Amino acid sequence: MLLSEATTTGFDLFSLVPWIVFIPVIGLLVNLIFGRKWNERIIGIVASSAVALTFVVSVLQLIALQGNHHEAHVVPFVDWLSIGQFHLPWEFRVDTLSVTMMLVVSGVGTLIHIYATGYMWFDVRYKEDLKSYRRFFIYMNLFIAMMMILVSGNSYLMLFVGWEGVGLCSFLLIGFWFDRNPDTTFGDKNAFAGKKAFVANRVGDFGFLMAMFLTFWNFKTLSFTELFPDAVAHYSGDPALIWWITGFMLLGVAGKSAQIPLFVWLPDAMAGPTPVSALIHAATMVTAGVYLVTRSAPIFNAVEGVHIMVATVGAATALFAATIAVGQHDIKKVLAYSTVSQLGFMVAAVGMGAYVAGMFHLVTHAFFKALLFLGAGSVILAVERGHHPLIGGHEDEHEPHDDEDHHELFDPQDMRNMGGLRKRIPWTYWTYMMGTFALMGLPIFAGFWSKDEILLDAKLEYPVIYWVLVVAAFLTAFYMGRQVWLVFFGKPRHHASEVAKESPWSMLVPLLVLAFLSVFGGFMNWPFEGGHQFGHWLGYTIEKATGHALHVPAFDWGVAIPATLLALLAIGISWLIYGRNPLKTGQQDPLEKALGPIFKGMHNKWYVDEIYDFLILRPYQKLAKFFAETLDWNIWHDWFHEKGIRDNFQKFTRFLADPIDLGVIDRIANGLASTVKNSGEILSRLQTGFIRNYALSVFFGVVVILGYLIFR
Amino acid sequence: MLYSMDDMFNILPTVIVVAWATALILVEAFLPKKYKFITIWLTVLGLVVALVAAINQHGIEAEAFNGMLVVDGFSSFLNILILGSGILAVALAVGYNKRFGFDRGEYYIMMMFSIAGTMLMSSAADLIVIFLALELMSIPLYIMAAFYRGNVNSEEAGMKYFLLGAFAGGFILYGIGFVYGATGATGLSQVVTAINGGVDSPTFLLVGAALILIGLGFKVAAVPFHMWTPDVYEGSPTPATAYMAVGAKVGGFAALIRIFVVAFPTLSTDLVPILWGLVALTLVVGNLVAIAQKNIKRMLAYSSISHAGFILMAFLPYGDAAVFKSSVAAALFYLLAFAITSFGSWGVVIALEKSEGKGLLLEDYAGLGRKYPALGVAMLIFMLSFTGIPPTIGFAGKFLLFKAVMEGGYYGLAILGVLTSLFSAYYYLRLVIIMFMKSGEPNIVSDRWVTLVTASSAVATVVLFMVSTPLFAWAEQAVLKLF
Amino acid sequence: MVPLSYYVALSAILFALGALGVLTRRNTIIIFMSIELMLNSANLLFVAFARSFGDVSGQIFVFFVMAVAAAEVAVGLALIVAVFRNKHTINIDEVSGLKG
Repeated sequence: MLLSEATTTGFDLFSLVPWIVFIPVIGLLVNLIFGRKWNERIIGIVASSAVALTFVVSVLQLIALQGNHHEAHVVPFVDWLSIGQFHLPWEFRVDTLSVTMMLVVSGVGTLIHIYATGYMWFDVRYKEDLKSYRRFFIYMNLFIAMMMILVSGNSYLMLFVGWEGVGLCSFLLIGFWFDRNPDTTFGDKNAFAGKKAFVANRVGDFGFLMAMFLTFWNFKTLSFTELFPDAVAHYSGDPALIWWITGFMLLGVAGKSAQIPLFVWLPDAMAGPTPVSALIHAATMVTAGVYLVTRSAPIFNAVEGVHIMVATVGAATALFAATIAVGQHDIKKVLAYSTVSQLGFMVAAVGMGAYVAGMFHLVTHAFFKALLFLGAGSVILAVERGHHPLIGGHEDEHEPHDDEDHHELFDPQDMRNMGGLRKRIPWTYWTYMMGTFALMGLPIFAGFWSKDEILLDAKLEYPVIYWVLVVAAFLTAFYMGRQVWLVFFGKPRHHASEVAKESPWSMLVPLLVLAFLSVFGGFMNWPFEGGHQFGHWLGYTIEKATGHALHVPAFDWGVAIPATLLALLAIGISWLIYGRNPLKTGQQDPLEKALGPIFKGMHNKWYVDEIYDFLILRPYQKLAKFFAETLDWNIWHDWFHEKGIRDNFQKFTRFLADPIDLGVIDRIANGLASTVKNSGEILSRLQTGFIRNYALSVFFGVVVILGYLIFR
Repeated sequence: MLYSMDDMFNILPTVIVVAWATALILVEAFLPKKYKFITIWLTVLGLVVALVAAINQHGIEAEAFNGMLVVDGFSSFLNILILGSGILAVALAVGYNKRFGFDRGEYYIMMMFSIAGTMLMSSAADLIVIFLALELMSIPLYIMAAFYRGNVNSEEAGMKYFLLGAFAGGFILYGIGFVYGATGATGLSQVVTAINGGVDSPTFLLVGAALILIGLGFKVAAVPFHMWTPDVYEGSPTPATAYMAVGAKVGGFAALIRIFVVAFPTLSTDLVPILWGLVALTLVVGNLVAIAQKNIKRMLAYSSISHAGFILMAFLPYGDAAVFKSSVAAALFYLLAFAITSFGSWGVVIALEKSEGKGLLLEDYAGLGRKYPALGVAMLIFMLSFTGIPPTIGFAGKFLLFKAVMEGGYYGLAILGVLTSLFSAYYYLRLVIIMFMKSGEPNIVSDRWVTLVTASSAVATVVLFMVSTPLFAWAEQAVLKLF
Repeated sequence: MVPLSYYVALSAILFALGALGVLTRRNTIIIFMSIELMLNSANLLFVAFARSFGDVSGQIFVFFVMAVAAAEVAVGLALIVAVFRNKHTINIDEVSGLKG
């Protein structure tokens, strides 16, 4: 290799690595400063080429790494803070693991940016807000920059900075259409989804922060270089500590990578524009948790039993989400739960210690799930364009349909409105099929190899998890079969689907590239003799960190054949239900008829949101109310001013009666938003405005403090 | 026992401010109406001269007036901070006071007196001087709060601040009385000698110390002595609020640190549980109630309460001198971070405020980020800094503080601090969302001085983060001589 | 000679009366007087201690406190007058527009 030789002698390619963060930042700054007057084409080109350049730099890092014999290289960048012997440097870490992530993020990111230039052109027109085009690409470039900080940092602190940064971008992009006309359900729903993502991620961040604190507290450093070479010796000494660290870290993973119990935000997050779903909520950001576990492999390896904890969470999520995906009608919701389920596969894999399998699935999943989301976006756009051509009025939209759903608009994402689309949008159809086959895990396709490797590792070490994952894989093939039959086959069930239009080339080209990768991407870890290139490649980093050789199991027909047969069986069943007799307009889903309450459970996400509401929100509200009533300052106020017993008695009775009068039941329905508002109002009731109450508060403090000092 | 010119020279910055302000009262009285604006320029000039003197004095260690005042790194750090704040506060007030029709020179003169009081607080080493300095700092603040004559809210704010402030002042005074009764001295160094020699009635001493803590806790707005804060912040003219948010905190913490580090280190075991409770309450109440606020001034008021809680955290490693040194340095750093961020955010509030209290609701900020991106980004930076997200100085402040507290072994409180600051992200970022994501048509009042303050604070919030290492070194060096 | 503890007790009683006056009275001027009572009870404490120690600094402090109290009176009465002009009341509970 000429280039790699050049690196060893002349120019140091590693020194380019900070550009993976700064090129997207430059891109967004250019759009921010000059973009106001530019047309959409230029904005799109600037944003996409910034990410493409980032990809080029990532490839150069790959070459540099080859030249460096796969040895990790740390590029110091700046020193943030240094206090005494404590330093907070920002260093870039170039090793096989981080370069893998860089390539995925920037590669898939480039394709999605290109796709988005086309998609958003339509989307901003449907939402009638042309200015948002620039805003969208600024956020997207910011996301790429943050994601690069996350994967390239050489310490948990930088990882956390990126972690928070991508969270912020995700939050901004989920709520991208937040400012829609508030009287449509659309706008409100997005705001709510954003809030939900925010809350779930806050819980996860808390976990990560605690893990970081504990790590720092016990090992006095957060830097990977300092932490990992001699880590095992440190760690195995104190199993309880490892349990705490990994437990908190798992909470962080559950938040970011949408695992049980915090997965609820991800499906709602699909309210954002579709390229966002593809890039952030399928291919890259949500896999940060998997990356975190892989990066922290030495900690997770340090104590027996930690693995089973992580793997259980992953496998349970994989199965749970797969069952929910079966019961969804919204094309993106199916994919969303599928993503949660596939993330479960990855977490289960890295949890079992099969880091290569997990990362491998991360990469192939990035290809085919991005493809599926982009394909779904193309489908939705096609239907939307059929329903509501950009030229012409909006009569359709404002016309009241009938009494019960008079303010419900036509839903271009509902699969029950689709059907027969394969003839209208053949390009989208064919690429979508490639992604579907990859996700189902049919042989040759990328997903087959990676999923097979996970199953193989599971079978060898954790048979229970193996069976759980097999069932999940079966369901995966089934819900994807159902989706394909519903969307592309049969006859159009809505006028919009009859006149759907194929998407422009800017959208189709990324689909084609991703389809190619979804078909052939799995060969990077060819599991036979002379293969396992990807495994060896990652091994350089993971083996160095853990100090153990990676175990690479040989290909096992006993896993591959049953899995393939099960997938085929699932497709067959889905054909029996949906393919043989295509759904008619307005007809009930046959599965709904057959399964009855089970389907209802699936469709309603097994009532997880409602359960959370019951278990967490309701007691919280009650507690808040209780405190407010008992601590109400007015009681003190009146008491002190000789209004006397009568008032107190009334207050007391009111306190007893209020929970019944005010309707506890009403409060349950009010949900998260009003909970915050209520508890706020309750608390600020203490601020009565009466000076003497304030003086009383001071006096109260004095009495308590002096009382404590004297009578303690 | 004679006072010499050396004493005057040692506290030169304070002397300059006091003398200047006194002279300015006369000058102001004789200025014709047309030339009243000169007062403003003279105020700024006086503050700049004092600031130069304070910077010039940096590094000097001296006593003045028989040990009643001390000049050291600590006092010079705080003098520079408060003088700088004073200049910013004048810049914020100029256009505002004119706009609302109470453009009178006394405002600036009162502020100068208050600054002088704060400066004295930072170098006072005698309980008598501390009390006098406290009143010198507070009484002008009462007047500034009520400065918008004829406005019901402003008068109410002044009244509330005054009555409650005087009430709390009574507690401080009584506490000083007890300390005097227990030790027979008012000078901090004599007090500490007396304590080390054994005290007849330790309860007197303890009660006295607790009462002083309570009174100063009122000044810095610690829960449950905080209740004046939101009302006074809301009712006062916004530039006055901006000044008192920083000024009263700087003064209160200056005295708290000086008294408790120098005079009462032996009481740590008794006082730490009380401090623990105060901090926990302050953090929880400040951050929780802030969520419920719809008025930005009230929200920032509760936010400032919560920041007082964060700074108070620094007092916990009180018995452990080695850790306490770095935690007090962290507190100073945090004060600086808070001051800069706070002035910037109040600048944004002033830019949007309309007469009769319009333009103060959170909803009035909808669309700000779209219509005035620069202002929106500045406010975003301030909110990030308040939350403690890099790359802002607020992050460095929180980081150093939590680090110090954890070194002191107060994990529970550190966790509470982290949790509540995560909580605070909710209301700070909500404002950001309103600014950038909701559509609206806010109109700002253009005022170049306010713009200047906002812009420079925004830049400083980020840039000072980059140089937080030398800044913290400065703070560390400032507290070196205290112990 | 009256023992020191009597002075301390008297001062504590006066202080408590002052504090309770602030908490219970509605007339702003009486509240204000109650605060003055608190300050003066502290003065009593200083004088009593100073006398028992034979030390003048406590007695000097009292003069300072009186000066401060006078300054507070000036500001306080001005504020009360200003509020009265606007609201035509000196009932402190009427001054409660700011809350929440």
